[in-house]
Amino acid sequence: MTRLPWIVDTRVHRTRYTALLAPCTAIAVTIVGALILMSIMGVPPLRALYYLYAAPLSGRYNIGEVLLKMSPLLLIAQGLAIGFRAKVWNIGAEGQLILGAIGGSLLPIYFNDSQSALMLPAMVLVGASFGMAWAAMAAFLRARFNANEILVTLMLNSIALQLLYYLVSGPLRDPFGFNFPQSALFPDAAMLPILVGGTRVNVSFFIALIATALAWLLVRRSMIGYKLEVGGTAPNAARYAGFSEKQAVWLSLLIGGAAAGLAGVFEVAGPLGQLQRVISPGYGFAAIIVAFLGGLNPVGILFAAFFMAVILVGGDIAQTAAGVPYALNTVLQGILLVTYIAARLFVDYRVRLRPPAPASEAQI
Amino acid sequence: MQTITFVLAGTMLAATPLLIAALGELIAEKSGILNLSVEGMMALGAAIGFIVVMETGSYWLAFLAGGLVSTLLAALFGAVVLLALGNQVATGLAVGILGVGLAALIGKPYESKTVPPMPRMPIPFLSDIPVIGPGLFNHVVLVYLAPLAALGLWWLFRYSKLGLIIRAVGESPEASHAIGHNVMLVRLLAVLAGGFLAGVAGAFISVASTTLWSDGMIAGRGWIVVALVVFGTWRVGRVMIGAYLFGIASIAELLVQSTGIGVPSQLLTSIPYVATIVAIALLSMDGRRIRLNAPVSLGRVYREAQ
Amino acid sequence: MKADVATRERIKAPELREPLLELAGVTKSFPTVVANADVSLTVHPGEIHAILGENGAGKSTLMKMIYGVLTPDAGKIRWRGEDVSIRNPAHARSLGIGMVFQHFSLLETLTVGENISLATRDTAARLAPRIVEIGERFGLPVDPRSLVHSLSVGQRQRAEIIRCLLQEPALIIMDEPTSVLPPNGIPPLFATLRKLAAEGCAILFISHKLEEIRALCHTATVMRAGRVVAKVDPSNESNETLARLMIGHDLPRSHRTAPHPGDRPAMELRNLNHQPEDPFGTRLKEIDLPLYPGEIVGIAGVSGNGQRELAAILSGETVLPALERAALVIDGNPCGDVDAGARRKLGLAFVPEERNGRGAVPEMSLTKNVLLTAHRLGMVRRGMIAFDSARAFAEKCIKEMDVRCGGSDAEAQSLSGGNLQKFIIGREIRLKPKIMIASQPTWGVDVGAAASIRQQLIDLRDQGTAILVISDELEELLEMADRVHVLFRGRLSPPIARSEASTGLVGSYMTGDFLSAESSRKAVLA
Repeated sequence: MTRLPWIVDTRVHRTRYTALLAPCTAIAVTIVGALILMSIMGVPPLRALYYLYAAPLSGRYNIGEVLLKMSPLLLIAQGLAIGFRAKVWNIGAEGQLILGAIGGSLLPIYFNDSQSALMLPAMVLVGASFGMAWAAMAAFLRARFNANEILVTLMLNSIALQLLYYLVSGPLRDPFGFNFPQSALFPDAAMLPILVGGTRVNVSFFIALIATALAWLLVRRSMIGYKLEVGGTAPNAARYAGFSEKQAVWLSLLIGGAAAGLAGVFEVAGPLGQLQRVISPGYGFAAIIVAFLGGLNPVGILFAAFFMAVILVGGDIAQTAAGVPYALNTVLQGILLVTYIAARLFVDYRVRLRPPAPASEAQI
Repeated sequence: MQTITFVLAGTMLAATPLLIAALGELIAEKSGILNLSVEGMMALGAAIGFIVVMETGSYWLAFLAGGLVSTLLAALFGAVVLLALGNQVATGLAVGILGVGLAALIGKPYESKTVPPMPRMPIPFLSDIPVIGPGLFNHVVLVYLAPLAALGLWWLFRYSKLGLIIRAVGESPEASHAIGHNVMLVRLLAVLAGGFLAGVAGAFISVASTTLWSDGMIAGRGWIVVALVVFGTWRVGRVMIGAYLFGIASIAELLVQSTGIGVPSQLLTSIPYVATIVAIALLSMDGRRIRLNAPVSLGRVYREAQ
Repeated sequence: MKADVATRERIKAPELREPLLELAGVTKSFPTVVANADVSLTVHPGEIHAILGENGAGKSTLMKMIYGVLTPDAGKIRWRGEDVSIRNPAHARSLGIGMVFQHFSLLETLTVGENISLATRDTAARLAPRIVEIGERFGLPVDPRSLVHSLSVGQRQRAEIIRCLLQEPALIIMDEPTSVLPPNGIPPLFATLRKLAAEGCAILFISHKLEEIRALCHTATVMRAGRVVAKVDPSNESNETLARLMIGHDLPRSHRTAPHPGDRPAMELRNLNHQPEDPFGTRLKEIDLPLYPGEIVGIAGVSGNGQRELAAILSGETVLPALERAALVIDGNPCGDVDAGARRKLGLAFVPEERNGRGAVPEMSLTKNVLLTAHRLGMVRRGMIAFDSARAFAEKCIKEMDVRCGGSDAEAQSLSGGNLQKFIIGREIRLKPKIMIASQPTWGVDVGAAASIRQQLIDLRDQGTAILVISDELEELLEMADRVHVLFRGRLSPPIARSEASTGLVGSYMTGDFLSAESSRKAVLA
């Protein structure tokens, strides 16, 4: 048994800049990892660099795509981060997003020729409530039976997907759609207005920014945010102060569910325009990574969501241009989060080399 | 009669990978480490195992390779959790995502191909028993080895010094360190063992039960494995019972379809997931029992005194 | 104890023999504090050597370095004349150094035999006869097959000592071994230690209890603020001279006047029965306890007899089922089923025994830690936090309680245990509570700060607050409390009035003597 050659101490004083160290390291390692993986797949490093990180930021359409993908990531990650700060692990954003999409689709499917101005607000309301209701199941089981919310929300993801498959191939299928598993196209009144011509960016981007501001207020200024944070960092202190754990579980999951549900509505009312088998390219999972990469901090999440959107769009471009499998995106997301967590060591602790032993080593 | 044989055979086949991976997760959790990357480790094991059978034709090599590559992934998890003091939940998710991605990437050229099923090894005499014989005793050899492994693990935790040390480290790393055990090493080895078994379980799915590779084929089984350990309240025997019960739940789909009752297939596919939620909720109700059995330091970051 | 001093049988340490352990210039610092500075020390075989010092003087840190749990930053450790670098506890034990911890390192879910086997190469089954044999030889009876969680703290200590002795150590470190024992458990322990010393084993005996050191030890090294200030023969010293060496001045005394308790209880427990959620917790049985305004009630007892559970029930961290709400009454309202927040609204304040992680959030600033319980004092407007008023509160508290820290922005974990405790007590007192529950209020706090904390509590009593103090330190309760109860196996003794409270009577209650008296009284009534 030997000692590690370094010493890890508690870090008592934190500066603004040490917190930036972890995400920057993670991003750098991810870029290098991407280049290595792409060259293994026969794409020269410079081209890979271009596909993944330069192409997404060049041209109005591509930048639009980045912002389009950034909106759900930002929205969901802000919701999840509030729960993660309270150590309520909602891993079910993907399922809550699907439920939001289903809920948001009901009105435009049943009132397919409506031109009512109330259509969109009503869809948003129904979709967000569906997302909340899906998350509420996990909240209820945790608060009432102490059932682990990680496992429950994950299982609910799989169930949500099966529910979607069932609905689009049966009750909600377009009767004039040649048996394709998808709903009728939404009427114009059910579609989100486009922000900039020549792109697909819609008002959901604005709403995600507003959500960011609200999340900042909640986390930094409100008593509710404070209570959630105490519950996450020191549960015994929360019990000591009388901050209810059940309340924290409910709030965390409902906020996360509402945000994910909203994102689901925005997908069907935005780029998709109908309910179909594939609603999200894994936004619910990518948002977990965004939340961590942003340090669970509303401002950090803004940048993290942007970077993640760049990776996603870059992956799409690489896929069409060089035939790189889409799975590369998943690998890069994994590398991003693993290196971020590892690099946090240097943020949360003070690491220094072990000084040489003061006494000469006596061999026994 | 044929239905009973079919149910037994299907249950054994579905339960075996769950049991193998759950035993691995149990070892890691007994040492105090919650490894949530099982899904990713199983996916990687499945991809590697499948490729090895495709390229070499050797099933044993497939299990070994699948196990070892998953062990590498587990080593990454162990390093981040033990050396970089990463949060176990977040690290498990991250490594899990990485594993699923790597499996999809490596397995891309083999997508939707199939391999010949692994040859079975009927047990003489026993497999001739009517009805239950062909159901229980006509399988690939891992189906028999899994319960034996469970027995071995039960003995390990019950009677051996090594098992005692793993339990001690999971109960209180501080106390174990103070009486001279190398907490880091014990935990790392436990995590690696868990990774190896998850990889073998993944390879079992791709080469012995489904005989094809496709992205997403693990389909949440890795998470059911994590749930099984909670379901079994960290006891080997109960984890094993849980694995076979879930084996039944996961073939319910085939079973109901064979009866010809018109139930949407999506509803049937959801049965194991719903069963998991129900089982977790029922078992978690008794907080005292969970506390009595759960390794005390499970999921907690442990930093050795300097 | 006094009799013990007189009748003790001293084995003079043979100073002529070669030293067993020598420390020279050992230094160790932590991020916020220098725990040991230039410590030198010599221990001979067969010597019972006291390390005397108040809380925070650096005794435990020093012992952990000798036992290889911590590594020194500088200085030399010499063992049997050779320089060594003790890498870890396993290495220390292979050298012949054993340690009995203050907070036991036994695992609750294992048997005594399994616990002991973990530290050896043998299996539990093969060790059992040796455990019994050593137990008999040194007066340490304990059943190797019993599960640790079913044992009393005294039995656990015996198991720890046996585990240590099985290694046949040349040196045993004992960290505050008497702090977990009832008064009548101390003489048998001392007998065991003397027997060990007579057989040539050296003992490092860490304590801050002067009487014990004078009764037992051959030599005493006195530490203050991480440094060695004196090396004395304790038999030539009095309690007063030792105290002066230890704290640098005379023992402070608190000023108290007669209490003027009110006649309606501010808080009351009525026939409280409780089975804790924790499977290893202590079940509380039939507890009746009124708490009047303007009095201090002390709860004594050997730790592990239900103090923790009682404190959590009083504070509201453990909430009773709705049916049993009447078991706890605050100001006439049954409120056993409401949480800590609701009880605080009714005027309850609580100082828990754990500071970091319970009484304060380690990673948060002192300003944010004020909000934990003081947020009701106008620090939240329309759901938003008024950080200015929280900061002003924190700064006032730091100033008035003389908390040594880096200001109101300092993280709670950057404070020493004693300073954080002063901050927490200051915060709770400033809530102007009607009822104050304090659990181990001076645990780990230096003598000066402890005296000031006691005085603050006495002053709070004089303003009409009902105060309950739970403490393992009997002396503390005898000094402060107007009446004392004892907890034993989850049962509460009848009250002992201040005038009748003595170490002897309270000590006999600590081993359950009141139960037989009570049952005979009940029999008479029946």
